[in-house]
Amino acid sequence: MSGFEIAGAEPAPGGRFGAGGEFGGQYVAETLMPAIAELEAAWRVARVDPAFLAEYHALLTDYVGRPSRLTLAGRLSAEVGARVYLKREDLNHTGAHKINNCIGQALLARRMGKRRLIAETGAGQHGVATATVAALFGMPCDVYMGAEDVARQALNVFRMRLLGARVIPVESGSRTLKDAMNEAMRDWVTNVGDTFYLIGSVAGPHPYPWMVRELQSVIGREVGPQLEAAEGRGPDALIACVGGGSNAAGLFAPFVADPRVRLFGVEAAGDGVGTGRHAATLSAGRIGVLHGSKSYVLTHERGDEVGQIAEAHSISAGLDYPGVGPEHAAWKADGRVTYVARTDADALAALQRLARAEGILCALETAHAVAALDEVVATVGQGSIVVIGLSGRGDKDMHSVAKALGVAL
Amino acid sequence: MTAASGGAAPAARLRARMAACKAEGRPALVAYLTFGDPTPAISVDVIEAAVKAGADVIELGVPFSDPSADGPVIQQAMQRALAAGGSLPGALAAVAELRRRGVDAPVVLFGYYNPPFVYGVERFAADAAAAGVDAVLTVDLPVDEIDELRGPLRARGLDVVPLLAPTSTPARVAKVRAIEPPFVYYISLTGVTGAAFDAARLAGARVDEIRAGTGAPVAVGFGIKTPADAAAVGKLADGVIVGSALVARIAAGEPAGAPARVGELVAALRAAL
Repeated sequence: MSGFEIAGAEPAPGGRFGAGGEFGGQYVAETLMPAIAELEAAWRVARVDPAFLAEYHALLTDYVGRPSRLTLAGRLSAEVGARVYLKREDLNHTGAHKINNCIGQALLARRMGKRRLIAETGAGQHGVATATVAALFGMPCDVYMGAEDVARQALNVFRMRLLGARVIPVESGSRTLKDAMNEAMRDWVTNVGDTFYLIGSVAGPHPYPWMVRELQSVIGREVGPQLEAAEGRGPDALIACVGGGSNAAGLFAPFVADPRVRLFGVEAAGDGVGTGRHAATLSAGRIGVLHGSKSYVLTHERGDEVGQIAEAHSISAGLDYPGVGPEHAAWKADGRVTYVARTDADALAALQRLARAEGILCALETAHAVAALDEVVATVGQGSIVVIGLSGRGDKDMHSVAKALGVAL
Repeated sequence: MTAASGGAAPAARLRARMAACKAEGRPALVAYLTFGDPTPAISVDVIEAAVKAGADVIELGVPFSDPSADGPVIQQAMQRALAAGGSLPGALAAVAELRRRGVDAPVVLFGYYNPPFVYGVERFAADAAAAGVDAVLTVDLPVDEIDELRGPLRARGLDVVPLLAPTSTPARVAKVRAIEPPFVYYISLTGVTGAAFDAARLAGARVDEIRAGTGAPVAVGFGIKTPADAAAVGKLADGVIVGSALVARIAAGEPAGAPARVGELVAALRAAL
């Protein structure tokens, strides 16, 4: 039975990350302030309650199928001249890391007496995971999804509906993840008494970034003992893709205090950071305030558009978001994590490379992390032990990949 | 109609207007309008028309790409405004233009935090003061986070207007007292702007509690659409805020007719108070 005590540091009061407390906070409408105070109080009790932890870990074991495997990628290792391991979140029930967080938050919702779950989703992976736990716990569930994403992720929409959730297409703004999050916040502010907003990333107002990182830190906490058994030592480097940043935060958090481990976050460069059509918030954005926290955002900086949120672009719906979790902003600021970006084309190539080398079809989000492998090995050295967070499987993306490769299905 | 004009400092102008309405024995009529809707030029005429028709205070919405606390009517207004070139710099210029035209009603800039934050809060405070803005209400800057904007604004004589909600606890009401607001915007219901207002559910005791707890006048908003709604709220509160109903008037016909349509509803609302 493991708690969250080695899952990274607690933020400063008010949910502040970074040396000067520059990032995070609670930038939400007054109506929601009591709700997030209630949530924080409930989380502080639950996270150290043996009964809560027992139930959480039992579900992770028996329902999700944890611990997830750590697979040595033999042929890929030989290609790049390192010991490359894949942390197989793609093998989880529902096919991605998102379920780890959803199990924990749904248990918390039930403890708090909330009757109904709502969520936002981009690629649909978090929506599917939320719909799944809603079915498991017998709770009604509404999932907000940008109309653009509803169109490009039809399979996940169908999955959510089969699981009994209502999927509500969001037509406002850019009709993607950020607009789905706006609409979920409007629902929450309207139904705050009985509704639990199950945020899918390390974003949003405090306590979400902290709580979601702790719930996802099971990823990183498993890696240490698994590598110890396989290699007799810990990793030299970890690589994970970063949209909002929950799988990266979960993988990195237990290693942040260990200076021997290099950490690499990979953002989506879309058509290329220089084209303006990308989702590389940390690499090319600036500090701003979006969806309840202060962090890096993609925002217009001057002229009449000053302060308007810019639209993100990525082939991967799960990375197509103009914000990023505030703890990542703090890790960038203090240099603890190196953030790089990979284009749509890089991700497509990496997806095919992993498929052919290892027989694993990963998600387009995940493929961004795979695409940074050569650069990471060049940085940390040949023969190093490198772990890639294999955050999700690629089944949901087959239509997008086929389209991008010019194949008609 | 103007209780405080001429050389009064901006913050004094807003406080004086609330006091003048009280002295007249009626609630202040606060009209929300989005800058840039339907176009930047027409929206200045709309505001002028609203003031001439009897609005005591203008809440001037700064259009934002991600208005997560607003309902469909104001979301659409913001999208129309952005499409027509509405912006934060434009809103500041509009206030300056209104002052040039001699419109002396206090103006509260109403919006989300990212635009002034990215503009730079010091620069924003200086430019807002120069334009003739009186106060700023920032939806996603609750009292816990408000100091980072309040400091620069107060240094230039501008106020912040805080929100309180049905869910706000006594401790939060006390925090609002500490910032000495010119008035408090009390959200009549848990919801987004433009939701259905139910006068029967607005407890006068709650308004009294907030007035006593904050030591400030209480203006009530969210969902007030008709003169009858306004009259009902006006019996309980120090101010009545009407937003979505006015914004809906802008969209309800030719753009050129928007000032007249808005002025007509403002006059009816004012007559009911």
